[in-house]
Amino acid sequence: MVNTVNTAPLLEMSRIRKSFPGVQALSDVSLRLHRGEVLALMGENGAGKSTLIKTLGGAHRPDAGTIAIDGKPVDLSSPTAAIEAGIGVIYQEFNLIPALTAWENIFLGRERTGLLVDRADERSRAAVLFERLGVDVPLDIPSRLLSIAQQQLVEIAKALSQDVRMLVMDEPSAALTQQEVNKLFAIIHELKRQGIGIIYISHRLDEIFNIADTITVLRDGRYVGDAPASEMTRQQLIELMVGRSIENEFPKQAAEIGDARLVVKGLCRGATVRNVSFEVRRGEILGLTGLVGAGRTELVRLIFGADTRDAGQIALDGQVLNINSARDAIRAGICLLTEDRKSQGLVLCRCVRENFALPNVRQLSAFGVMQQRHERSAFSAYVDSLSIRIPHQQQLARNLSGGNQQKVVLAKWLQQNAEVLIFDEPTRGIDVGAKHEIYQLMNDLTARGKSIIMISSELPEVLGMSDRILVMHEGRITGEICDVASATQEEIMQLAIN
Amino acid sequence: MNETRPKPQRWAAFANNYGMVLVLLILIAAFSVLTLERQSSTGADAGRVVARDIVNAHGSSSTVVVVAGLKPPDESFLREATDALEAAGVTVAATVGGRPADARRAIERVLQEGHSIDAIAATGDAARWSIYDRFESVGNSRCVSAAPTLWPTFAKSENILNVANQTAIYAIIAIGMTMVIITAGIDLSVGSLVALSAVAAAVFIRDAGDGTETGAGLMIVGCCVGMGICALGGVFNGVMITRLGIPPFITTLAMMLMARGLARRLSDELSIQALPASFTWIGGAATFGIPNPVFLMVVLYGVAHVVMSRTVFGRYAYAVGGNAEAARLSGVPVKRVIVVVYTLCGALAGLGGIVQSSKLGSGDPKLGLMFELDVIAAVVVGGTSLMGGEGRIFGTLIGAFIIAVIKNGMNLMKVGAPEQQIVLGAVVLLAVLVDTLKRRGTAH
Repeated sequence: MVNTVNTAPLLEMSRIRKSFPGVQALSDVSLRLHRGEVLALMGENGAGKSTLIKTLGGAHRPDAGTIAIDGKPVDLSSPTAAIEAGIGVIYQEFNLIPALTAWENIFLGRERTGLLVDRADERSRAAVLFERLGVDVPLDIPSRLLSIAQQQLVEIAKALSQDVRMLVMDEPSAALTQQEVNKLFAIIHELKRQGIGIIYISHRLDEIFNIADTITVLRDGRYVGDAPASEMTRQQLIELMVGRSIENEFPKQAAEIGDARLVVKGLCRGATVRNVSFEVRRGEILGLTGLVGAGRTELVRLIFGADTRDAGQIALDGQVLNINSARDAIRAGICLLTEDRKSQGLVLCRCVRENFALPNVRQLSAFGVMQQRHERSAFSAYVDSLSIRIPHQQQLARNLSGGNQQKVVLAKWLQQNAEVLIFDEPTRGIDVGAKHEIYQLMNDLTARGKSIIMISSELPEVLGMSDRILVMHEGRITGEICDVASATQEEIMQLAIN
Repeated sequence: MNETRPKPQRWAAFANNYGMVLVLLILIAAFSVLTLERQSSTGADAGRVVARDIVNAHGSSSTVVVVAGLKPPDESFLREATDALEAAGVTVAATVGGRPADARRAIERVLQEGHSIDAIAATGDAARWSIYDRFESVGNSRCVSAAPTLWPTFAKSENILNVANQTAIYAIIAIGMTMVIITAGIDLSVGSLVALSAVAAAVFIRDAGDGTETGAGLMIVGCCVGMGICALGGVFNGVMITRLGIPPFITTLAMMLMARGLARRLSDELSIQALPASFTWIGGAATFGIPNPVFLMVVLYGVAHVVMSRTVFGRYAYAVGGNAEAARLSGVPVKRVIVVVYTLCGALAGLGGIVQSSKLGSGDPKLGLMFELDVIAAVVVGGTSLMGGEGRIFGTLIGAFIIAVIKNGMNLMKVGAPEQQIVLGAVVLLAVLVDTLKRRGTAH
């Protein structure tokens, strides 16, 4: 496969340093990737993973350190330079133009033009690329109509069309269903076989042990260790990432479970939610799971009044609620921690304190005027109790790490003192330490008699934290698991696939 | 990883808060230097100096005529000079504030009465009049005036008040526009609403009242009618945007056309002139030497600042502009906030129309042409982001003044209108560029 014998690793980054005003993002980080190797880059949010891959992608220039490919130093001064050096980076946010088709996106900016673009040629070359990946992606529809998984495949195909020798993937599985993840892994195996090196970033530990050959861990911008994946245990990896030992990944403390509080009957909305009925009891964490697109988020949005329902009844503590908007739901004592905190949970350009106060203005104002002292002290209580790391309360929400953003969203709902809290993927994209804190918080809430509905795609989390589990498939509830302690992931998957 | 970045944050905050003020101060300083000129002596100080010089030169038994022009500082010159001369025992035979012909007649009269004139106490301008040489016994050589002072024309109090007075109308309308832009909208209809309000109020006063004889009560009702119609225009904008989902740009563009047409139809394309004195008082008169529109502007800015920074409504407006979906899911009545914001913007444009027509003394359907662009420019220069969610009320005030100062300064320096447009275009571009760079600095 390789004609010349070359012992140098495919990629060698040594002693990379990068600082932003006021923060040392990377200090002396080194990393080595071989041909056909899958390297998992691990670390908590803010550990420097994103900065490191951005230096690889040519988006950031390191302050110091060298990057060599096949032993030859390269200068990755721009994204174009990175591609020319053979590095393809697939960021979490895809860079596809929604109105263009898959193949138009793949060749965007590199059209072979005479007078006109040779469309037929581009289309057939795109088809060859997808064939090489062993997947089937509709070629002629606008990218916005493709599923997330298909869009990701377009990104991968785009990178391959540029003859990359290594591929960096930032949380590629975050928005994929289990089946799609399996397919992605098959593709990664195929790419490995073709000698392409892969740097894989994920917060899902199961995946890492499944796919990675070696694991490199960063913490606070420093390299803390690497090892072959086969020689590391889950526990060791967590401890390396967090820098301390976490005894129990899921610190579930069962609260006393009481009467039914939220009762939902016959909830319907088009084809996404079909005749769903269930109840949540006092002190209970109800896990709601299923494949992405099963209708879980759509269901809770109906309960929260974010979307309008075609039919159905929602009652809290025996009283039927007339919920037509999120405002109604909040007043009735229901709150929703949305799945996507950046687009739905926070006003990123405003400060964290304003975000905290937004649903709570009624309590924090008098005669329409904000009581700023009251607001400040209320928020600082949460800053302490949730250990939100912010320099001051006027910090813009945009400038916080994922975990801290999630805590700000939590604070705003805790101040509401809602009776039913709906958490949609509460720990997605959040590091291990913050996850643990959020689990603890859920324990506290149930101990105080609150009811929680937790949507999660991570089965270990669902099994670890729920008192009862509902599984959805195609808008319907297809299964209920009451004995969580003896349930297995396979059992849930069976119900989810139905 | 960006959370431990206090320093640049603080700088950004400083630039945010004071950058524009600094720009305004620099502009004021620059135009002050550029328009530094010898100013003809007048006013109270010049009056005292002239009186002292005359007493020193001619003694206290002399007879003097005091002459000045018609400008406001000339009045204080006359008063001070006369008082000081009489206090020293000098006979002040005549005190003239007026045109050269008035002064000539007064001197003739004094001479006919048999007095001799030892000296003429004059302002710098009046001393250059050529009337004195007509009288053998007087002559220009008898004129005494204070030495000219070196002072920037730009920084003369009349000029500053003039700038403030001209800016007030834009600044008042810009309050509403700032609120609209903070909610990530735009309102192109304000210029036409200015005309609609002016015409509606004038027509009401003409038809329901008795033209110039209309009492204050009906006049106030007329103003409310003008503003009310514009507020309704704002409600219409808001409802179209929130209920029917028509983009603000299109909705308000349509409103801009419709309101202008309505103003022309209502007025039969004529300027309505017969307005009572109580009406022209609003925009034309001054209180304690400060023009009324400036007073109104200051009060409205104070109120608007409190509304946007301290009230629930203000919080909601910023949240809606920053992320309407997150705001909705936090229980913010997004649609209601947007309707209120457009209504306020319409009402303030209506108020602007009342002030403008009151200043000009007529309800003209051509009022407010292109005002929307000047107002949007003031908001943008003031640091409010067209993306929504960011911006300050006082920033807009500063922005309006930056534009007004540049215009006024260029006028004083005799820069032509076409060149002025080019400069103002560049200023708007620069302001947005600064905003973009700031954004790039904080976004990661």
